[in-house]
Amino acid sequence: MSRRLLTGNGAAAWGARLSDADYVPAFPITPQTEIIETIGGWIGRGEWDARMVTLESEHSMVAAAGAAAATGVRVFTATSSQGLLHAMEMVYTVAGWRAPFVMVNVSRGVSAPITLGSDHTDVMAARDSGFLQIHCSTCQEVVDSVLLAYRVGEDARVRLPVLVNLDGFHLSFTREPVEVPDIEAARGFLPAFDPGELRFLASKPVSQAVAVLGGGPYSYFRYETHLAAQNAVAVYDEAASDFEARFGRSHPAVEAYRSEDADVVFYMIGSFATKAKDAVDRLRDAGQAVGLVRPRLLRPYPVESIRALLAGKRGVAVIDQNLSLGKGGVLHAELASALYGCPDAPRTLASFVGGLGGREIAAEEFYEMARVTREAAESGRTPEPRLLYTEDELRELRKLQGIAVAERHDTGAE
Amino acid sequence: MSERASETAFRRMKDLPSTHLLGAGTATCAGCGGLQAIHEIYDVLGEKTIFVNAAGCMTLLSIYPFTPFRGSWLYTAMACAPAGAQGVRDALDILKDKGRIPAEEDLRVVVLTGDGAAYGMGLSSTSAAIDRDLDFLYICYDNEGYGNTGQQSSAGTPHAARTSTHRGALGYPGFKKDLFSIWAANRPAYVATVTGAEPVDLARKVEKAAAMRGPRLLIALSPCPTGWSYEPKDSVEIGRLAVETGVWPLKEYVDGRVVHTRRPRKRVPVEEYLRLQGRFAHLFEPERNDALLDEIQARVDAYWEAAD
Repeated sequence: MSRRLLTGNGAAAWGARLSDADYVPAFPITPQTEIIETIGGWIGRGEWDARMVTLESEHSMVAAAGAAAATGVRVFTATSSQGLLHAMEMVYTVAGWRAPFVMVNVSRGVSAPITLGSDHTDVMAARDSGFLQIHCSTCQEVVDSVLLAYRVGEDARVRLPVLVNLDGFHLSFTREPVEVPDIEAARGFLPAFDPGELRFLASKPVSQAVAVLGGGPYSYFRYETHLAAQNAVAVYDEAASDFEARFGRSHPAVEAYRSEDADVVFYMIGSFATKAKDAVDRLRDAGQAVGLVRPRLLRPYPVESIRALLAGKRGVAVIDQNLSLGKGGVLHAELASALYGCPDAPRTLASFVGGLGGREIAAEEFYEMARVTREAAESGRTPEPRLLYTEDELRELRKLQGIAVAERHDTGAE
Repeated sequence: MSERASETAFRRMKDLPSTHLLGAGTATCAGCGGLQAIHEIYDVLGEKTIFVNAAGCMTLLSIYPFTPFRGSWLYTAMACAPAGAQGVRDALDILKDKGRIPAEEDLRVVVLTGDGAAYGMGLSSTSAAIDRDLDFLYICYDNEGYGNTGQQSSAGTPHAARTSTHRGALGYPGFKKDLFSIWAANRPAYVATVTGAEPVDLARKVEKAAAMRGPRLLIALSPCPTGWSYEPKDSVEIGRLAVETGVWPLKEYVDGRVVHTRRPRKRVPVEEYLRLQGRFAHLFEPERNDALLDEIQARVDAYWEAAD
């Protein structure tokens, strides 16, 4: 084991290398590109015996990734934002092939308007695809989660591809100290990929991904894949326990931070959860019983753990760094469906949408969300969903709009 | 006639394989010219083959739990069969290089798509596969339209053909894309046109392509009774007329040169080819469209003048 200062992207690349991935189909996109550049450097210098191929699009990249996994090698790839959206047809398709591999997504807001700033709307678009999803909040988690992702996705009870998500910029370009396991220790945790019967060999012809006629077979295979994804809850727990035993680091499917005796908890994913932890500490210092519940595993949805961790809480502040246009925050809707009808479910689920397109979430905003949620729980009136957006931000935006109008006028466009 | 005809195992009809590898009872239409070509190609390629398929008519060859192939099959999506082939080829090479499979377990990687994918949606992934010098054979069954969805116009549709998206008196206003030249311009290992109605020419080209490495393309003109609107019994005759009229030049690109493998000595008037097909009926009824017929003939003549 060595201790290194790594960016989130560097950590993702190390995760792939320690996993002994054989094959890396790649396509560049900000803020993911550092991952494939790092890997390309290692392969080019002969430091890692893998093959990298650069495709002309993410659609082709995921097709090549799935096809190689279906042929029996261990595959790693990475993308972000528009790339994930461009690949989406194949994201759904290769999950149905039951060909396990790992794809890191470096989360970034989606167009339009086009932006480089981070949020989770990109990865939410893949939530119904059959890819499992692990969401990281630190660079250490990124390395460890890639190893966990292969272990879970390749398990015979699961056999599905896995997305490991990290936030663009906030994590991708932030250096943190990371414990990098030795390759032998990593191999002890993650044995060589056993493709089983799913592979192409001259002596064993097989047809994969064939058409079906009618809803009967279609429903059967889709539901089988759903059940396989659900199997991954237990498989993940086993893998995380083994990981902790070997490496001493705990990565539960759902992280609970000072939530046991809390009456109000923040519920969110990703790197901003580290800001929430800081807010929790300060609110605790001020005498408030506040905590954090953070799913790392979002697909499969670890419903039992989430119910248990939130049982008896008075209010939950759900913070969505995504926006389902015309509905609202995705985490909020999913949490509501998980808790509805549970006798000891929290009385209030307050919905906050924030951190879109790289926007920060300030400590004061965490305090305010805790206050609003506590008051709502006391009054029994759930507040309307709220966008985290300050008067200062609106004033700045109005200035930009003023410039846009003035420029159009001055250039004679109007 | 190819200059290397002496090297071929296929000199005349009786040299063609007598064992047929593709199973019967597929879901293709009666008289499918595409299936005819695939039959003939598969017999020469052999069963140590994986077909990587894009959305199209032939996607319906493998419907759970049946397949007519003795080898393997992977359906991808419409745009990315060459990328799927890249993944399979690379994975097989990795497995061999790392000693995880013996060389005899290797497979020939063959992309199988229609013209909709080959000329249109899949051209980007195809072009990139050529850039990377991918070792694969691309088979395009070209039925000159989106046949599986009812013959809408594609980039492979010929000028003036009536399709289900171009119903007017002039038919499809565009011109059939020159996929052969697009490939050839990028200097791949091999490009050839074939049609099932000329099985000896086809077998020689498959034989030649199979012995090479790198990107290789076979474009098989595939007469389509349902899409082109003619009786299924006429498929072979229409394929033969496509060659004899010069509408479908049989040629190959190899070693940087284009060679015509069959030069019709006296070309049959194009009209003879068009007249058999309902998709060109508007050129003859209710009255003859001499201007359009002359234009089509002139284009064929100009092609051969340039080729001669």
